[in-house]
Amino acid sequence: MTDSAKQKLKSIVGSSNYFDSYEDRMVYSYDGTPTLHQMPEAVVFPTDEQQISDIIKLANEDKFAVVPRGAGTGLSGGSVPVENSIVIVMTKWNKILEVDDKNLTAWVQPGVITGALQKEVEKLGLFYPPDPGSLNVCTIGGNVANNAGGLRGLKYGVTKNYVLGVEMILPNGDLLKTGGKNMKDVAGYNLRDFIVGSEGTLGVITKVLLKLIPKPSQTITLLAYFDKLTDSAQSVSDIIAAHITPCMMEFLDNTTINCIEDYAKIGLPRNSEAILLLEVDGRGSAVAEDAETMKNILKKNNASFIKVATTEEESNKLKTARRTAFSALARKKPTTILEDATVPRSELPVMIEKVTEAARVFDVMIGNFGHAGDGNLHPTCLTDERDKKEIEKAHRAFDFIFNEAIKLGGTITGEHGTGLSKKHFLEKLAGIPGIEMMKKIKASIDENNILNPGKIFTISPKCEGSLPINREQIKDFA
Amino acid sequence: MKQIARNPELLKILPHDDILQQCMHCGLCLATCPTYDLTKMERSSPRGRIFMIKSVARGEMELSETFAEEMNFCLDCQACETACPAGVKYGRMVETARVVIDEVGYGGKFGIAVKRFALRKIVASRNTLKFFSRLLWLYQKTGLQKFIRSIGLLKLFSKNLFEIEKLSPVIADKFSDKQIKEVELPYGEVKYKTAFHFGCLMNTMFADINSDTIEVLKECGCKIITPKDQVCCGSLMGHNGDMDFALKLARKNIDAFDKHDYDYLISNSAGCGAFMKDYAHLLDGVPDYAEKAKRFSSKVKDVMEFFDEQKPALIFSSVISKESSTEKSVLKEPKKISLQTRWVQNDIPEKNQAVTYHDACHLLHAQKVGTQPRDVIKSLPGIKYTELEEASWCCGSAGIYNVVRYDDALTQLERKMNNIRNTNAKVVLTGNPGCMGQIKYGTQKFNVDVEVIHPITLIRRMISHK
Repeated sequence: MTDSAKQKLKSIVGSSNYFDSYEDRMVYSYDGTPTLHQMPEAVVFPTDEQQISDIIKLANEDKFAVVPRGAGTGLSGGSVPVENSIVIVMTKWNKILEVDDKNLTAWVQPGVITGALQKEVEKLGLFYPPDPGSLNVCTIGGNVANNAGGLRGLKYGVTKNYVLGVEMILPNGDLLKTGGKNMKDVAGYNLRDFIVGSEGTLGVITKVLLKLIPKPSQTITLLAYFDKLTDSAQSVSDIIAAHITPCMMEFLDNTTINCIEDYAKIGLPRNSEAILLLEVDGRGSAVAEDAETMKNILKKNNASFIKVATTEEESNKLKTARRTAFSALARKKPTTILEDATVPRSELPVMIEKVTEAARVFDVMIGNFGHAGDGNLHPTCLTDERDKKEIEKAHRAFDFIFNEAIKLGGTITGEHGTGLSKKHFLEKLAGIPGIEMMKKIKASIDENNILNPGKIFTISPKCEGSLPINREQIKDFA
Repeated sequence: MKQIARNPELLKILPHDDILQQCMHCGLCLATCPTYDLTKMERSSPRGRIFMIKSVARGEMELSETFAEEMNFCLDCQACETACPAGVKYGRMVETARVVIDEVGYGGKFGIAVKRFALRKIVASRNTLKFFSRLLWLYQKTGLQKFIRSIGLLKLFSKNLFEIEKLSPVIADKFSDKQIKEVELPYGEVKYKTAFHFGCLMNTMFADINSDTIEVLKECGCKIITPKDQVCCGSLMGHNGDMDFALKLARKNIDAFDKHDYDYLISNSAGCGAFMKDYAHLLDGVPDYAEKAKRFSSKVKDVMEFFDEQKPALIFSSVISKESSTEKSVLKEPKKISLQTRWVQNDIPEKNQAVTYHDACHLLHAQKVGTQPRDVIKSLPGIKYTELEEASWCCGSAGIYNVVRYDDALTQLERKMNNIRNTNAKVVLTGNPGCMGQIKYGTQKFNVDVEVIHPITLIRRMISHK
């Protein structure tokens, strides 16, 4: 990036919103993804749409890359800078612009924190269900860009089910407005859904219209302990087969239980092989009936202990503890590589066994937890990035896990996104025609490949420069 | 530009790789950080600061004004430690970084010298602190304060100085170390053998709280030893880049208390309690002191923590009413009250006293004492307890932060006062002198009609006969 481009950039956003000191670039060299770092050339905090548009036009002229970023809690490297890039930080765009309680919608800026939005709309008896683990930190813009999921995905779906409209600055600097408050809208291509999950490769999101629903009036939270892993998995299958849709069915294995207990100290059973955290919600007597049926199914599957949370406080404590699982695992080893393999839920028991097998065969420590109800597992390898041999073993274990997931009709990522860390598996999953179509779309919208290049897939022959990943050095699992 | 190469020795004291590596940059700390909340910039977040410390420690980045600024901008409230599932010891990292910054001389040699002099020579020396406090007391009592405030003399020097003067706490008429006997016996039989650390600020500026603590402990059946040769706990020095001196004080305290036989060392000041609980870690591996420090730290209890664990017997003779709550608490001649074997509620409350509770950072985040004070407060008769929104958010006091970074502290205080106003409580309870001073200042500055007292004072009022 040239000095003159930096000067122009500075004059676009103003010197108080432009940063290029070593310190400032360094603290934007990472996101929540382990082992990936790359320093950007500069960091900017634009204050309006026109500035973003001007920045993007400048990037096209002066040929540097633009990486949009929210709170930087992503787990696939989506907001990790690439070579010759600048970072656009959207955290200051944090206003809830409108809550429309007639249409049950909310217009928000992309920097609004997911948990803050939930708190705000719940005051009005409304509900925004997507609840990623980092909901108290992460932003709506990042959620939309990655189509974030969460604990409640089983019943309520994920971010895409709640996005009604998007405004964003396109790679040519134009402002795109798509979608609106209509519950039905089939005019033209469905650009809105196409933007959701595009990981910042198609534009910079500046405004989002979200769908809200009435807040369920009743919630029952259950906790069940198991001495055998397979019993817990079978319970999940049986509950689905009994036509009950809990809003949450979370699975934690023994390693994860112990790490969470070390942190949260809420009395989890350190000796159990697995626990399930379940929640049903809704209105009226059906909630209690469903809870009762679930209890019976858990008993039938040899749950050694079943507990019903008696207060909201207790239930929140359990859910909060579950959300810390990923980070709590770092108590065992400094680097925790978390993956996101997802399978059709009937295959969950098989997948859980495959993860155990991977840990054994490749001799790595893996903690396993996840959203059992929707087949979305988070096998997490506990390792140390300074030990290159360990890291290589970890990658081999994950190659194995991904291959098994694909064989079972699953996918390589359920809710974290492809980004940098999973793009090498995408071709296997999406197939050549699929990936070619993605690349063509990207190339036609972003001619100079300036927006978050190198994420999701690599566009060749155009060179993106070196990317912050060392996967190339590792041979694929045969 | 100050080169790292010139200070290779200093870098050695920065946390080593294993400690730094524990942060897996998930970002869950960002939500709880008061400074990140203000700037929304990564460099003002715990995660960003840890990355900067890591880069400096590895020699990849040079010490700079930006680095120093961010380390000093941090309130060291340690809310991020409570939030961190991976158990990263952030407070220790930042405090070590501050030592390095001070040694290299960022922030100006003169400023550091003044800060160090004030903490070492005034706060740490009980007699000097008392002398200065007495001067301040005279200033307040003689009407000079009123006069200077009314003519706005200090505004001539700087607006901040004028404001900071108002932060100066009201000095007690009598200091508590003279009032408290070295050995105090309970009313009734001895049930607990305790020791008491009277703190520096508590001794001079909040002496009533110390008297209240002693009185209530006596009611509970505590024999209380208050060694006269105890010293300042060292926390303010330790948190502000002067760890050597802090450890000197730690050793003096350990020696002073080690001579006595006691099971619990009671502290009513969150900052002191936290630091004394940390002696074990700070003196780990130090010959002659490691074992003694471990024993010392294991006995330290915050007074509310002690109450919640032991549930000592108390009879409440009066339910607090609006009138008595505004009456200034003074040390009266103790009256004998018969003790029961459990909490007893012998009065039906006529009027509920609306109270709320603010978590002192050094109680909640450093000592992990959060539910205990609430449980004790809620169990008191005649109390209408309302939970404070963002109770665990730092009030901006943060040791000497509100003096050295007045404007930043004020932003946090305004937020705290708005939350307090929304509870409609008439009394704010909190367990740290720093927070009390800051929130009291906030009641005037932002015009919030509440009384700020220590929970122990509330209990004292309820058990003492009129």
